Amino acid sequence: MKPSKAATAYAVLRERAATRWPARREGTVVMVGAATCGRAAGALEVLDAFRDEIKKRNLDVPVIEVGCIGHCYAEPLVVIAKPGYPPIAYGYVNPVIAERLVKEFILGDNPCPEFVLAALEENDLLPAFADFPRARYENKIILANCGHIDPTDIENYIAAGGYESLAKALDTTPEAVTEEVAKSGLRGRGGAGFPTGRKWQTCRESPGDTRYVICNADEGDPGAFMDRAILESDPHSVIEGIIIAGYAVGARRGYIYVRAEYPLAVARLETALKQAEEFNLLGESVLGTDFSFDITLFQGSGAFVCGEETALIASLEGRSGMPRHRPPYPATQGLDGNPTVVNNVKTMAYLRHIIGRGADWFKGIGTPESPGTAVFALAGKVVNTGLVEVPMGTSLRQIIFEAGSGIPRGKRFKAVQIGGPSGGCLPESALDLPVDFESLKDAGAMMGSGGMVVLDEDDCMVEIARYFLEFTQRESCGKCTFCRLGTKQMLETLTEFTRGEGKLEDLDTLEQLARDVKAGSLCQFGATAPNPILTTLRYFRDEYREHIELGRCPALMCLHLIAYYILPDKCERSCDACVGSCTVEAISPDKKRLKVIDQEKCVKCGTCLTACPPQYNAIMKFSPPSEVPAK
Amino acid sequence: MAKAAKPPLKENKKLAEATRGVLGGFAKKRHNLIPILQKVQGKLGYLPRAAMTEIAAYLDIPTIDVYGVVTFYNQFRLNPPGRHSVRVCLGTACHMKGGHITLDAWRRRLNIDARQTTPDREFDLDTVACVGCCTMAPVTVVDDKPEGQVEPTRVDGILLAFENERKARAKDKGEAV
Repeated sequence: MKPSKAATAYAVLRERAATRWPARREGTVVMVGAATCGRAAGALEVLDAFRDEIKKRNLDVPVIEVGCIGHCYAEPLVVIAKPGYPPIAYGYVNPVIAERLVKEFILGDNPCPEFVLAALEENDLLPAFADFPRARYENKIILANCGHIDPTDIENYIAAGGYESLAKALDTTPEAVTEEVAKSGLRGRGGAGFPTGRKWQTCRESPGDTRYVICNADEGDPGAFMDRAILESDPHSVIEGIIIAGYAVGARRGYIYVRAEYPLAVARLETALKQAEEFNLLGESVLGTDFSFDITLFQGSGAFVCGEETALIASLEGRSGMPRHRPPYPATQGLDGNPTVVNNVKTMAYLRHIIGRGADWFKGIGTPESPGTAVFALAGKVVNTGLVEVPMGTSLRQIIFEAGSGIPRGKRFKAVQIGGPSGGCLPESALDLPVDFESLKDAGAMMGSGGMVVLDEDDCMVEIARYFLEFTQRESCGKCTFCRLGTKQMLETLTEFTRGEGKLEDLDTLEQLARDVKAGSLCQFGATAPNPILTTLRYFRDEYREHIELGRCPALMCLHLIAYYILPDKCERSCDACVGSCTVEAISPDKKRLKVIDQEKCVKCGTCLTACPPQYNAIMKFSPPSEVPAK
Repeated sequence: MAKAAKPPLKENKKLAEATRGVLGGFAKKRHNLIPILQKVQGKLGYLPRAAMTEIAAYLDIPTIDVYGVVTFYNQFRLNPPGRHSVRVCLGTACHMKGGHITLDAWRRRLNIDARQTTPDREFDLDTVACVGCCTMAPVTVVDDKPEGQVEPTRVDGILLAFENERKARAKDKGEAV
């Protein structure tokens, strides 16, 4: 059989890419993880340090800026691949360590085991990531490339097998591609879990000449950063997915709606789109076939509700992002009234793997109802923060305590917040729940896009409910009365609780109102906004009661209900650490040189608590404030 | 709140002219409203009334529609920015690790509220829903650079660095510090 046009065109690209990015390199390469989280930890300084040091010594060692390998707790992360050694990842790197690594490992033969986090491959010399407990649970599919390829170079992606699935898809019919995705059972990773194949079929079958594909990259959930990491580390995998989706539904144009709060992701996408055009993967007759496709990058402007698909479309049309009633669903009437498929970043990123390895392979991972993997952004009070990709059906306990290595500083686990403002707080008793779309919904939370914030005994459940309501109240678009006014009223009630005000009956009123808001809102934003309240009321009602009845915050978190106090019998006369640390000059020594906090001035920022040397440990929080011993 | 003084006519003319300079690159389509607003704000730093009127005329839509969109989205601002922008992240992870306490510290030190600019236009303070660096919580984005673990003492540190920079700048210009 003669190879098809697409296959021939792709083979040329692949061959050229392979000469620039061979599988095994001759020389040493330094890769610095410089996604946004790495940059916050100082990755750019580390990058400069490596470049300076290598230039100073006239070495021929490329220093590449890569994305995030998911071990965010150890940022800044650097991987050095030197022939004769396995590729080694170094954690907590700073410019001084960078200088030493160049001197001792790149020039010399000492891999500096004291800075090693782990090797990327198993070997006899150093521990590998595969030996970490989380490796037992992880199954990286869409994160596999992240942090291992140069996101600014399309040829690196192609050399790693990128765009092969697109060429394969173009060789079959759009119907066959849709069929394959439907067969795989892939469900939308934006949170709701709607079957992707069915959405595509609806769009294909809807009347109209013009169709659109939109990639929803408006990751607005506070506490979630999976989409950002993928866009910054492996933008081409998303672009390939969008082109495949476009081919399958018969679209000529696609959009990426990305948050403007992610400047680096925007920059990476701009570069990637330009390169894809240069390589004829976008534009007129993609890979020499009859299929033509363009992608436009559209920056959102900071409105959480625009993650809702109809609001997102309104925003693309140049209007305020207000959701509208569904049906008609965007798949039948979307952008400018045309059939439109809206899929999340992760959904798009799975497509190349499903087309490449087949629907049966994908179905073999995860659970029958929710096949594939789930990507979670682990943050909060957990030792190993970062990105984890585990098969669906893994339990929360395994994710938090095995993959995330549990709670730091020996504290007790209290709850895990899943799904951002639309999700809920699940207590210890829910930890053995398997993670999939249905189980989480039954427990009162939801998959959401995958933010997972772990809370320990120092976190107050009333305060976290109040926090989310503050967020949803501000972000409510204002279309539905229940959502607009209901969230405001609920926020006021919760604020009273965190001040120790309010009455016990308010708890029932709050619960009733939460149910009403759920029922009386048009879109998922309003229908899920009360989830944080409902789950905390369901699992942590006693904590609410304590706030109301005793004016006491058991987690010692609500600022109105606590006071700081310096224990006179523990305070050391010769030490002034807290006095200098206080940001409002509220601490001063008394006649005996024991330090005293002026409660009137104190803003309860907690700096003194950190400043007090551990051998004295003289500062304590009290709740309610009336517990503070009088002079 | 004091009523904002109307900028002098000359200033308005300048703003309108700068806006027109941006508009040329866009087709006259309602769909382009948000990209236009982003570009104009990128150039002027904010969206003054003169710019909004200009954009409405160009797209042939009512000015109130432009104003409606500008006030709907968090990113658009109606007042000029400071020399340095301070944006405190109030995402879940940051909040639980004391983001609101950090915000209090900034408010106290700069003596302004969120969404305001210091009278000398040196700093503007704002909050942001989440910048996706949850593992570095609490985060403050200072001049587009995300800073991790910004607690009240770090706030003072960052301000001190700016103060030193300002002094160096003044010295370069030969001005008295």
